[in-house]
Amino acid sequence: MSGGHTHQLYVEHETLVHRLPPQCKLIAVLTFVIAVVSTPRSAVWPYAVYAGALAAVAVLARIPAPLILRRMVVEVPFVVFALLLPVISRGPRVDVLGVSMSESGLAAAGILLAKGTLGVVASILLAATTRPRDLLLGLQHLRMPQLLVQIMTFMFRYVEVVLAEMGRMRVARESRGFRARNLGQLRVLAHSAGALFIRCFERGERVHLAMLSRGYSGRLPTLDGAQARSTDWAVAACLPAAAVLASAAAWFAVGR
Amino acid sequence: MHVPDGFINAPVSLATGLVAVAGLAVCLRGAQRELDDKTAPLAGLVAAFIFAVQMLNFPVAVGTSGHLMGGALAAVLVGPYTGVLCVSVVLLVQALFFADGGLTALGTNIVLMALVTAVVGYTITVLAQAVLPNVRGSLVPAAALGALVSVPAAALVFVLLFALGGNADIPLGEVVAGMTGVHVLIGIGEATITGLTVGSILAVRPDLVYAARRYRQDLAIHHAPAR
Repeated sequence: MSGGHTHQLYVEHETLVHRLPPQCKLIAVLTFVIAVVSTPRSAVWPYAVYAGALAAVAVLARIPAPLILRRMVVEVPFVVFALLLPVISRGPRVDVLGVSMSESGLAAAGILLAKGTLGVVASILLAATTRPRDLLLGLQHLRMPQLLVQIMTFMFRYVEVVLAEMGRMRVARESRGFRARNLGQLRVLAHSAGALFIRCFERGERVHLAMLSRGYSGRLPTLDGAQARSTDWAVAACLPAAAVLASAAAWFAVGR
Repeated sequence: MHVPDGFINAPVSLATGLVAVAGLAVCLRGAQRELDDKTAPLAGLVAAFIFAVQMLNFPVAVGTSGHLMGGALAAVLVGPYTGVLCVSVVLLVQALFFADGGLTALGTNIVLMALVTAVVGYTITVLAQAVLPNVRGSLVPAAALGALVSVPAAALVFVLLFALGGNADIPLGEVVAGMTGVHVLIGIGEATITGLTVGSILAVRPDLVYAARRYRQDLAIHHAPAR
């Protein structure tokens, strides 16, 4: 399938985490994030448990910290919003570095940042230890509709072709002296987007015809990935189990 | 901006997740009607196109840049069902592979950026087409209007979800005003690019644009005058 190119998201290693079947990892990450999101508001200590659990997985999978930090830039717009939150929130106010901030907003921003960051790191670890192709097989194992998996497969397989096409168009624009300086030049970018759409659509039609001529009848031959054994599920359950226990303990402490 | 984990609380995330699953199920059926057995390769490539186009940055003001969301554009180009499907697949891939948007917030993101933008954008476009003169060129302002409305609409639904399940105490009225104001500005950028892109595709391959099907004219047979 999409084995032709090695993707920069995946970090090649032979570790316990890499070897786990993708469906186990998907469920583990999802359960972990759900446990993190449902932590009670007042609790702070569970976040240390979550972060520790993720750090243990990163060490086990030999994913270097700088790589994780570099990929965390996707979080930046959200960090900006979280920083604004204490300023616009209501409630009693405190002065932080001369800026009047809401106490509840400050707490909410901290919790928001912690939960968001943990989710991002969990996803980064998943993508770094699982090949995209395996992740798609894992989704298929988890009964995601066949057609949706096919569309994702095609998107993933062709996204680099499309990006390269866009890159060539950019080189062509810039070699003719174009630079996107102001909004007036949107027209040029829009023409590029239009040309890109036509090329994508026509490529889709060609791919479809090529598939038909090779006997495509609406279904792709399904490749089954590794079947998950109960030991795999047990190993994969370690991460979410730690998080669920911490979250449940925090709820119990709140309840009393 | 993709909604990350923990932004919206668990019950509301679960509800949006159910809405997203139901919406995707409807769109999968609809897309198969629109595209037949071409669905997988074509929707996949259009999704790759949306993914690429979201990387096309344009300068908005000093130091800041914006990019296209593409929900309205996708709906106008390939039809509402396929459009929702393509944007949803982009969101799925971004969440699973690029950690962009939380896994528990996936439902919220699909509802906001795929369902709301595509459905609102397409509906407004079709309504505008009904009012505007029945020529192909009318699709350009119609699509631009659809894109313009789709962005603040998504922002408003986000504020609604945040009011229901947000984990912060913020003044709702001011947030509505602020979010709408900012997103009308973003919407103008979205509208400009959507309109211009649709225009340039209409000039080259009008047959590819789904929303332009109504302007298609049947071949007319003209008889040569008898001598």
